[in-house]
Amino acid sequence: MAALFRRSTVLPFLLLLPLLLFSVSPLACGKLINDGGEGGEEGEQFAEELLLKPLPDRKVLAHFHFESTTPPSADNGRHHHLFPKAIAQLVRKFQIKELELSFTQGRWNYESWGGSDSLSSTNAKPPGVELWALFNLPVKEIDATWKNVTHALSGLFCASVNFLESSTSYSAPGFAFRSNVSNIRYGALPREAVCTENLTPWLKILPCRDKAGLASLMDRPSIYKGYYHSQRLRLTSSELYGIILEQTLTVVLQPNSKRNAAHSSLDVSIQPSWSISSMFNKKVAGSCVLAKASRILIELEKDIISKLEKMGHGDSWSNSVFDLFPSPVRVIKDFNSLPGESNSILYEYVNHNEYEALDVGIKWKIPFVWSSPHAPFHVSRFLMGSGNERGSIAISLQSTKLDEELVHKSQGCTMQVVIFQVVPWYVKVYYHTLQIFVDGRLQNSSDMIEKMQVTPSEDKMLPGTLELMLKYPCSVQSVILTLDFDKGFLHIDEYPPDANQGFDIPSALVTFPNFHSSRKYVKDEFSTDSPLLRKFQEKNVVLSYTEVLLVPLTTPDFSMPYNVITFTCTVLALYFGSLLNVLRRRVGEEERLLKSKDAAKRGLIPLLFSKLSSKIKGQNPESSNSSSLLGSKFLIIIVVLLAFLWHYFLN
Amino acid sequence: MPADEQGETTQQEKRPRSRLIVRLAAFLVAHSILVSVLCCIAGLISFLLLPVLAKNTYVSENALMPGSANSMFSSQDVQKANRFADDIINGGDAKASGIEIARFIHQHMVDVGAESYYHKFHPRANNFQPLHFFSSITNNLEMQDNCSSTSFGLNSVGIIRAPRGDGKEAIVLVTPYNSQKITKTEAFSLGMAFSVFSLLSQVTWLAKDIVWLAADSQYGEYAAVDSWLKDYYNPAFLSDTGNIGANACYEENNHHLDVIKVEGPKCNVYKRAGTMAAALVIKVMDKHEMEERDSVTIYAEASNGQMPNLDLINIVHYLAVHRQSLRVRIGSMSYFLKAAWLKFFGEMLQQIGIFSKHMNPKWKIDITSADYVDGTATLASSVYYQALGVPTGSHGAFRDYQVDAITLEFSPRSSLNNENVRYSFLLRGGRLIEGVIRSVNNLLEKFHQSFFLYLLTAPHKFVSVGVYMIPFALLIAPLPIVAAALFSDNGNSDAKEIISGSWKWLRAAKVVFMIHLWAIIVSLLPYLLFQLPLSTAIKLTSVWAALAICTLQMVYLILGTCSYHCGWKLLKSVMIAAASIGLSLMSIINFSTAQIGAMLIVPMCLLVQPVRKETQAGIVLKVLSVTCNLALALVGFPPVALSIMKGMFEDSGSVGISAFWEWTQILWTWNSATYLYLLWIHLPCWVLCLHIFLYPCTRRSSKA
Repeated sequence: MAALFRRSTVLPFLLLLPLLLFSVSPLACGKLINDGGEGGEEGEQFAEELLLKPLPDRKVLAHFHFESTTPPSADNGRHHHLFPKAIAQLVRKFQIKELELSFTQGRWNYESWGGSDSLSSTNAKPPGVELWALFNLPVKEIDATWKNVTHALSGLFCASVNFLESSTSYSAPGFAFRSNVSNIRYGALPREAVCTENLTPWLKILPCRDKAGLASLMDRPSIYKGYYHSQRLRLTSSELYGIILEQTLTVVLQPNSKRNAAHSSLDVSIQPSWSISSMFNKKVAGSCVLAKASRILIELEKDIISKLEKMGHGDSWSNSVFDLFPSPVRVIKDFNSLPGESNSILYEYVNHNEYEALDVGIKWKIPFVWSSPHAPFHVSRFLMGSGNERGSIAISLQSTKLDEELVHKSQGCTMQVVIFQVVPWYVKVYYHTLQIFVDGRLQNSSDMIEKMQVTPSEDKMLPGTLELMLKYPCSVQSVILTLDFDKGFLHIDEYPPDANQGFDIPSALVTFPNFHSSRKYVKDEFSTDSPLLRKFQEKNVVLSYTEVLLVPLTTPDFSMPYNVITFTCTVLALYFGSLLNVLRRRVGEEERLLKSKDAAKRGLIPLLFSKLSSKIKGQNPESSNSSSLLGSKFLIIIVVLLAFLWHYFLN
Repeated sequence: MPADEQGETTQQEKRPRSRLIVRLAAFLVAHSILVSVLCCIAGLISFLLLPVLAKNTYVSENALMPGSANSMFSSQDVQKANRFADDIINGGDAKASGIEIARFIHQHMVDVGAESYYHKFHPRANNFQPLHFFSSITNNLEMQDNCSSTSFGLNSVGIIRAPRGDGKEAIVLVTPYNSQKITKTEAFSLGMAFSVFSLLSQVTWLAKDIVWLAADSQYGEYAAVDSWLKDYYNPAFLSDTGNIGANACYEENNHHLDVIKVEGPKCNVYKRAGTMAAALVIKVMDKHEMEERDSVTIYAEASNGQMPNLDLINIVHYLAVHRQSLRVRIGSMSYFLKAAWLKFFGEMLQQIGIFSKHMNPKWKIDITSADYVDGTATLASSVYYQALGVPTGSHGAFRDYQVDAITLEFSPRSSLNNENVRYSFLLRGGRLIEGVIRSVNNLLEKFHQSFFLYLLTAPHKFVSVGVYMIPFALLIAPLPIVAAALFSDNGNSDAKEIISGSWKWLRAAKVVFMIHLWAIIVSLLPYLLFQLPLSTAIKLTSVWAALAICTLQMVYLILGTCSYHCGWKLLKSVMIAAASIGLSLMSIINFSTAQIGAMLIVPMCLLVQPVRKETQAGIVLKVLSVTCNLALALVGFPPVALSIMKGMFEDSGSVGISAFWEWTQILWTWNSATYLYLLWIHLPCWVLCLHIFLYPCTRRSSKA
């Protein structure tokens, strides 16, 4: 998709590019390697990591994680060694406290790829573009700054993020998105297509681009062939730690490309074996020299480990079920769980050798089935009703706890769910029609709702926002919320070029505040050293995004402008004609005129005929009216017949 | 001022000439008989000329790009389809219960990596609900069925999520099968759908999700599809029969509970896949006589004469003919294929065409007699099925939710037992389905480019609304003219009563209104009939007829002598006006019904005259008019009209009183507007015609 952005905002960044290039030039690099080695915490740092994880449905998740940090006070004034200058300027100019921008293609499959671990709760994003930002500014200036930020990002990432500028497309969430802060803005563009055009500028921010290190694995055909592709950029700036730029790319790939392989029963059930070279068609050739750390991790989920333990294999990487190759450098265990339960395990590989390619992979030996950890409720959203007039949105939460035991165990507890939903103004939601069905029974909504904040939509000004905190016992199996809406009419020039496709309602965000995904690792040098592990140890709220919805609205027939013009012209002519007729006409005068002329007057056509015949015959038209009329009729008939016969014989 | 002037002008001997439009109207009214005869004949002839005026179809939406990609459906997929069908057929004897087949399909869906679930539904009772035509969506709460009812169907549904799609849109494949007694053809349709489905689960070009609905048609194809769609669009949340209830039902009903339970309650959770872009219903027909090529028959008519977008039919036709070399057929009436008079008319047209070509090579009326007869037969079936207002297959259920859907019925060139025939048949069928899905998948917007209002005269020829409106307009045009003529005629004849006469029409209007009211009551009588403990169709019909006649008597009692006081001409003019309003309203709702109705009603309305009317004309004319009236009144009587239609259009139509009852029952169970038309417009019109026919002209004559 062609990015649409203001030229004025692009220019400064184009001017900045040479500066940026210069700052990462080899001269600076040499100095920095030393700095990175010895200087430790003070200087700018960069780390790259790749996490690979087999998924239960025969797919593989690859998660690239790059982190650049810069200390709060720049020693070198406005110059940076590693940190991208464009981003630093962005943060300083717009006083950004936090910002997250994601470009996603495909849907995250919460059922089979997991919904409660920290990987999915931070990296599963809605399709299209999602942007939210937290500003360190007074409330008055925020909206203006947001608009500027969207334009700047639009220029930086070659995307139409600037469409989020209009006040109809973003909202200011109250409590649902982040705990009560008023200086946050949230916007999403579900229809934005994602492609290499967006990846290239994203890679340019990395110190080694995709020329060296883990980023060199990003073979475009392979990573865009996947089932899910999410490229994310997250900024955090604070007085204490400076700016942290986190860039992640999450892809879900199908390892075996053999489509027409004969499916024998064994082939189907055994997991496909894969390695980096088979998935990306490339091998890791050394690390980025500017990176402080360059690692590859393989994660095995806790269900795999518990099943392995039952089989008596423990955490070995070479057993009767699978082989990891080559042998990992270290095994990192998660210690955050109840006794008697297993935990996920990370196998670490350090990527430093420039000459020997590291081709990490897994080889399955026997059929093995496991499942990923689910969020407590599976969320889906759908439209109800048909026709162009009205409909309703339903959000359904289905419990994922399949075991009876778990239900009994959690008898006393209560579940909290927060729903955050932004609806464009042309879908006019009636918030008073909110109905909540719990296990097939209609509940009084005041019993269920703990907290609710509604911003009604304003035509062509504001989208409607619904923030809702529900509270109900954990034993509940299903909760369904319905909201009725009317479909609005758009002005003719507000329709997009493909108006007949329908209009999108962005994903709703459902969070479970009492559920957190966090892991604990043994506090050694390594676990604090690795940004990815640090990320895993953070306490993240479990959340899931719903599907994007498509609402068909009434659309005018754009293909018939000619008909419309003709029709309106006819109507206008008829209207003004009759109006003038009524206004200008003087009945009395007209009748007087008619009376005086009536004797002499004849119809137009007979008059013409008579004149014609009189000319032919050379007679006075007044004298022989009837005879000339008859004669002319005959004459015409004869002429027509002659013409007909002549035509017939000529052919 | 104006009043004075008007007075002045009326005093004048010579009135000034009025405006052209008024003069024209007056001219038409004055020559009403000639105009009506001309218009009627022109209307009938132009209706017969429609096959000549049909245009070739063309793919209007550029995004569809049918046939631009090579087909990926290979011989391996054919083997897959074959194996699947064989498994079902061979397992069919051992598996007494239909649940086994659903389970088999479900397992295969899961194996290809699709999300799958069972959808359980209860058959809908045949209730009298003709008024639901106005509100097509039935109330959720009505559909409540308690778990204890032993009869239920089980659909198995699979969904392929498009790998990089956003899941906003979906394409639906439907294969109906009878779970109680599965036939070989149904097994092959399931096999064909499965092979396409498994192919689609591996392709990378999908942008829309694919839903495969294996519909359990033991209670009718439509019921299964319709209940699934109802749950898709208007789910009932207020049910106690959720997942747990469904399981309990299995426990009561069959011993396969353990099997279902092993798969977990997950497979009963209803899943959705966004807005539907299009739906294809796939069926296979086996045949025993040899033919040159495999063929595919398209059924498109949905309820109340709604049609899917023409582009959908176009891409099927294009791919079938130009890519898979299949023969494409649409339904045609065998009566017309054999009719001698039609053949004669065709020959005449052919001669005229040849002559006109001599005259001017640019005039293209070149249609052969055989083409014309074929076109007319197809057109007749198109009009007939649209007019009935009953969908021709389970695709009709989709149209109620504004989804374009058609049924594709494949039939091989000879029996499916032949290996070679089966192989090429499955290959062609699978490739056609794949091609259509790929084409719809290319679509960015929903179907909106091509026509929605059309009649097909051949798979590649259509008559659009602008053309087929002309015969109807010509037929209906004389009605207001004749009404005006009769009204003014009545006013002129009694020159004395001219002042009181201006309000006399109100009395006629009262009669007409009362008769229409009676017709509405008659149309609602079946509500009562269902309360009575009657079983056979003949009894029900006779009770209905008796009640109708009783109420008609009551209406006459209420009207008293008033019904004969207004003069038959006024009565006729008001009746004609009412009929013309009714017909034009119906033409908006269901054009074909209005067209057929107009062909029956218009001559009847125009020709009707009292028997006892004294005329100056000769005895021959009188006898002619009376016989004409009698014949038309007979043909116009709804049951008679039905049996004639059935005799003409349907090959195996049983004629009788019970047939009529069944027919009306079909109409109201399908919410057909034709039922309303028949009883609210056609029936009162017919009764009024009879009334006028038997009008006692004695009073008027004595006065004269």
